[in-house]
Amino acid sequence: MSTASPQIAPSDSITEDEQIGVFSAILVMIGRNKTLVAGFSLILLIGLFSLFGTLLIDPERTEVGAGKPAQSPSSEHLLGTDQQGRDVFADLAYGTPASLIIGLIAGVIGVGIGTALGFLAGYYRGYWDTFISLTTDVFLTIPALLVLVVIASMTTVLSIEAMGLLIGFFAWMGPARTIRSQVLSLRDRSYVDVAKFNGVRDIEIIWRELVPTLMPYIAASFVGTVAAAILASIGLSALGLGPQNEPSLGLTIYWSVTYGALIREMWWWFGPPIVVIVMLFIGLFLMTAGLDQVSNPRLRTSV
Amino acid sequence: MTTTKDVPLRVENLEVHYHTRKGPVKAVDGVSFELQKGERLGLVGESGSGKSTIALSLMVAHKEPAKIEGGKIFLNGTDMLTLNDNEVRRKRLSEIAMVPQGALNSLNPVMRVKDQMIDGLKAHGVSKSQDEFADFIAELLTRVGLDVAVAEMYPHELSGGMKQRVTIALSISMNPSVIIADEPTSALDVVVQRQIVQTLREAQDRIGAATILIGHDMGLMAQFATRIGIMYAGRLVEIGPTKEIFNNPKHPYTQMLISSLPNTRGKRRLSGIPGITPSLLNPPPGCVFHTRCPQATERCMIEIPKLVAEENGHSWACHLYTEAKSEEEVTA
Amino acid sequence: MTIEFVLKRFGLFLLIIVVAGTINFLVPRLRDTNPIEQRLYEFAAQGGLNVAHMDEMVENYSKKFGLDQPLWKQYLSYWADLARLDFGKSIAFFPADVKAEILRALPWTVGLLTVATIMAFLVGSLFGAWLAWPRAPRVVKALVPILMTLTAIPYYLLGILMIFGFAIFWPILPAGGAVSYNITPAFNYEAIVDILRHAILPAFSLVLASIGFWGLGMRGMMITTMGEDYMKLAEYKGLSDKRIFLRYAVRNAMLPQITGLAIQMAFIVSGSVLVEVIFAYPGVGFLLFEAISANDFLLMQGILMFVIVAIGISLLVIDLLYPLIDPRIRYRKA
Repeated sequence: MSTASPQIAPSDSITEDEQIGVFSAILVMIGRNKTLVAGFSLILLIGLFSLFGTLLIDPERTEVGAGKPAQSPSSEHLLGTDQQGRDVFADLAYGTPASLIIGLIAGVIGVGIGTALGFLAGYYRGYWDTFISLTTDVFLTIPALLVLVVIASMTTVLSIEAMGLLIGFFAWMGPARTIRSQVLSLRDRSYVDVAKFNGVRDIEIIWRELVPTLMPYIAASFVGTVAAAILASIGLSALGLGPQNEPSLGLTIYWSVTYGALIREMWWWFGPPIVVIVMLFIGLFLMTAGLDQVSNPRLRTSV
Repeated sequence: MTTTKDVPLRVENLEVHYHTRKGPVKAVDGVSFELQKGERLGLVGESGSGKSTIALSLMVAHKEPAKIEGGKIFLNGTDMLTLNDNEVRRKRLSEIAMVPQGALNSLNPVMRVKDQMIDGLKAHGVSKSQDEFADFIAELLTRVGLDVAVAEMYPHELSGGMKQRVTIALSISMNPSVIIADEPTSALDVVVQRQIVQTLREAQDRIGAATILIGHDMGLMAQFATRIGIMYAGRLVEIGPTKEIFNNPKHPYTQMLISSLPNTRGKRRLSGIPGITPSLLNPPPGCVFHTRCPQATERCMIEIPKLVAEENGHSWACHLYTEAKSEEEVTA
Repeated sequence: MTIEFVLKRFGLFLLIIVVAGTINFLVPRLRDTNPIEQRLYEFAAQGGLNVAHMDEMVENYSKKFGLDQPLWKQYLSYWADLARLDFGKSIAFFPADVKAEILRALPWTVGLLTVATIMAFLVGSLFGAWLAWPRAPRVVKALVPILMTLTAIPYYLLGILMIFGFAIFWPILPAGGAVSYNITPAFNYEAIVDILRHAILPAFSLVLASIGFWGLGMRGMMITTMGEDYMKLAEYKGLSDKRIFLRYAVRNAMLPQITGLAIQMAFIVSGSVLVEVIFAYPGVGFLLFEAISANDFLLMQGILMFVIVAIGISLLVIDLLYPLIDPRIRYRKA
């Protein structure tokens, strides 16, 4: 397994530079790869859309009865209205950040827990490893989505944040596994031994030596987890099991399917959310592919 | 006039360039030599001298960005460079075989040894029954000093030396005219190295295949080769019988090479060769060695010395010896 | 393959069952509402029953379903029942057996899933392998971005698009269900064609959604494999391009892909749930959806347990069989 970022050399003394080390590692990494930049730009675009959308558009337009129902796009309603009178464009503008937030929350929790567990298992091995690996394997067998479906059906009112937390709870397994195998291969490198012989504490070794080197993998896990979380959240919402009181992309799809937008050929209703979702996932995918290429230089062939 | 039967391999003015973004790197710059039937030629040189590139080119197995820019490679009378892909493929293993670097990964890890030995034969149209193949493989393995049971094993069950022996057995399986061994012992420990070279020698001797052993270990060369060629920066600077090279090196580079070998008789400071290998992107004009040569003259900086055959089949390319004959040498 | 490995693996399997079973038991009971009560009130509302003795009825039925017992007792009897493969009776489809309902829906899911997954895996992998081969025609290589796009689109969205495209806009295929209402599933020509027609869209969306994953994964694996030294020796032996590609590159790269299949298993099952719901395909996933809508937690439990056990068994089988096909793994410790 190749390690990335050859410019980040192991530090031989504990100085203030380490913080810069982690951040500059991220920036260098992002700028270096075309695929990564493409993906990142796409996500940024969507993010900006959400940001300006929420700032410029009146949230009341997402309410039922904001306009006349089932209108096709016009100058007043850029993307028309749905069967219940909601302005579709406003819905989209407010729904997109909801999905993004869920993804971020779940991603942070998933990668946070996963990375921590991965490091514990990989670095200390022994009983830690056995226990953590066992737990990871058990949870991997359980189809998270199904459990989420069941749990989501249990709860009556689900907020955006709660959904993020819930999904994050099932998202740590992937990162844990990836990070663990990476740490296992890294911990036997000489520079770790040197640090140990110099009396550097374990936690410092992990934070200052291993984390920067593993940044590409952590980043890749993060993006992957966010993508999976958004996928799950949209899926759940599309089934009607997500937050019902706030607009979200999946919810829009749920309503459109329930009210037969397909049969009524109300393309302006079910089309745009699908387009946004597809763009979102393509962006996330490109980022994952780009990060993969950064970690494994051999993949840097054609595309 | 020697017939092709006596000279299974003849290389004429081979030019192989690597096309990099900064321009062409002349990895092999006009190399010519002949291989007599059954002889063992050792090709020596430091890293980057072009010896591995030559090895690959002889089988037309070189990869981008390397390109053969000129010259001819006559294998049993046919110029390999005029053949199409399929014809080249057919000559591999049957007429010219390769024993690759002693990497631990040369054998397919998911195939049994016998299957890997057989599929090469089958690809060349050899058809035998199961039992005939089994006997054939067994005989080959014994010849390289391996137990017959190895045939059923997977590569990871074998040691590095055993794996190399398998590749040697593979190379002789179709009685090729030429065997190329490209640093076959580099990944093995010293004791095993000698054994492998010995095995190679016996194997090729038995079938009378001309062999090129490529490497940089002069000790192994002394053990194995009948003739030795010295490569430097893509050019062949000296070539001759082993004894001659060791006892009577003519080219300054060879001389420094030989004298840098540690000697168990008598005490002496170890000497090296000062300077570094020149860039092959922009080789120095004239003799490519002149920048490091303690005996360089004005002429050396301008004119490229030609490989001139002298007595005892010993040739070298150096102006120091041809000064007197310079007028006669300049022919069209 | 050592006994130690087999035992360890089996032990893991049992552990999964226990943990999953426990979670499975607890989750539906997190809610306070008594499903019996709900259901009975539903009946009452439908049929205009007298609500006077409702409490008694609730109590009686609760006893029948064992819901009045303390939690730990329910837990024990839960396991006792499972051991006897008794999943209880469905609340929503009363008096039908949970087991019966699952078995009724199972063939549809198994059929759909197996076919779709195997197709996606094989086609995706071979295609991905071909993409990695340097001599593949450039036109083929241009398909890589399209493949990437397909991977990016969530499968249920593809399903919706499929329905719109082929069932509404250009109505050549049915929009849902497994069979037309006027045909009974049987082994005659008409029925089989009907079943196949209904299965095309759902299968297709599953295949399209996962093909990118297998393709790109295989491509990555191939690139790694092609960099190995034994590939060079294969060339030096004078083997044909085709043979080197198939027997040396694809064969070696394919094996780790199978591990990927194992890891993807839980994901694939989850995916099929959503696809079934969108297409109203009466498989196990759709059944789960119905169970949730009716708050039938016995059915939910049964399905969840069943699915987890099925996945557990498949993973166990894959883990035990894999060393047999890949000699590299055979001699290494698990």
